[in-house]
Amino acid sequence: MRKISTLDITSKVKELCIRAACELGMDVVFALKEFKGREESPLGKEVLDQILENAQIALREDAPMCQDTGIAVFFVEMGRDAIIDGGLEDAINEGVRQGYKEGYLRKSVCHPLTRKNTGDNTPAIIHTRIVEGDRLKITIAPKGAGSENMSRLAMLKPSQGLQGIKDFIINTVKEAGGNPCPPIILGIGIGGNFEKSALLAKEALLRNIGTPNPDRELDVIEKELLEKINNLGIGPMGFGGRTTALAVHIKTAPCHIASLPVAVNIQCHAARHKEVLV
Amino acid sequence: MTHPIKITPPLTDKDVEKLKAGDKILITGVLYTARDAAHKRLIELLDKGEKLPFDIKGQLIYYVGPTPAKPGQVIGSAGPTTSGRMDVYTPKLLELGLKGTIGKGQRSAEVVEAMKKHKAVYFAAVGGAAALIAKTIKKAEIIAYEDLGPEAIRRLEVVDFPAIVVNDIFGNDLCKMGVERYKKVE
Repeated sequence: MRKISTLDITSKVKELCIRAACELGMDVVFALKEFKGREESPLGKEVLDQILENAQIALREDAPMCQDTGIAVFFVEMGRDAIIDGGLEDAINEGVRQGYKEGYLRKSVCHPLTRKNTGDNTPAIIHTRIVEGDRLKITIAPKGAGSENMSRLAMLKPSQGLQGIKDFIINTVKEAGGNPCPPIILGIGIGGNFEKSALLAKEALLRNIGTPNPDRELDVIEKELLEKINNLGIGPMGFGGRTTALAVHIKTAPCHIASLPVAVNIQCHAARHKEVLV
Repeated sequence: MTHPIKITPPLTDKDVEKLKAGDKILITGVLYTARDAAHKRLIELLDKGEKLPFDIKGQLIYYVGPTPAKPGQVIGSAGPTTSGRMDVYTPKLLELGLKGTIGKGQRSAEVVEAMKKHKAVYFAAVGGAAALIAKTIKKAEIIAYEDLGPEAIRRLEVVDFPAIVVNDIFGNDLCKMGVERYKKVE
């Protein structure tokens, strides 16, 4: 058994929170540049320029790229041959508490009914899986509300099939318009059940842009959807243009014979995720 | 590229009449910040017949909840939040003379109508460009609801704050015009 200390988890999580808020992934930067080259709208190009310049300032000055530094979402893979000297969730939440304070990040978590702010951006949302090995892998994906609020889930009828899935995805993007800060990235979960589809959609957002879907059939569907979405004309910030989405990522799981769950998790261009091995 | 139009609040009907959907704007002067929780309180004050914490006539409200300022900074990152969440509150404030709002995303039909009626505009700033926008904010002071933290009402002094007119008083909508122009029918 390999021993892992909660202090180590907390300090790594603290650093992850700050880095995720200030360093936009290179995959997103490359995609923004590539799409800017093809953008037909002059205003759209200007918006993409501002987004790229903003990312540079954020990196250079350790400034959060977006004021919505999100609710902290974690995907944790816990090796079955590792043992922690305390509570995993407590250690992560302590890291969030410290990271959001010391990194001057916005505390955006509140009671759902009284709306009273918890004051330290906890509790985080933590998804844990037990895997082979003795390592602990922690991925943070802080999520702002602008794009999360435009996400949708549908329990389709099996008869609606692939066409029904595509229609639902396209309509979700159309209805969202400029609200989720396009260019967006779409995480799509198909199958499982109600909550599994939503989790698949969020996991799909962790894949780097430009990395093809390992399933070739899904890869074709992703490319077709991306083209259709960019034909909607919504454009950067919804001002009109060719760049509405940078990528569509799909994950699937088997589902009940009577169900066809589809979840669309919209991610804004501040697509933040960082991981660390403890 | 057209040159940006420079404006300084407070704005008059005449100032607002000159602005058209799609115009690029640079704002210099005072902006007031407010988002969900602050709006709720402002409307509650009005419902009780009380005065607002600032004179809203001719002013602009910026929908933002900034990150905390680091030592030596005026304000943290400060990009726009989704305007649609404020739609239920906005017509009442426009009625009182608010001349414009700044956020991101689209407004409801009710807000668009109220803007036509009371001569006000809706501006968008680039969502997510929060570190860049913060550089145009030269002074920030909390003037109400400090307990709301990032949602407190702040009085900002800005220089060349970049925005774009989405809805003008003539009923034009940049987002609708943009989609019409760039959509590809299959």
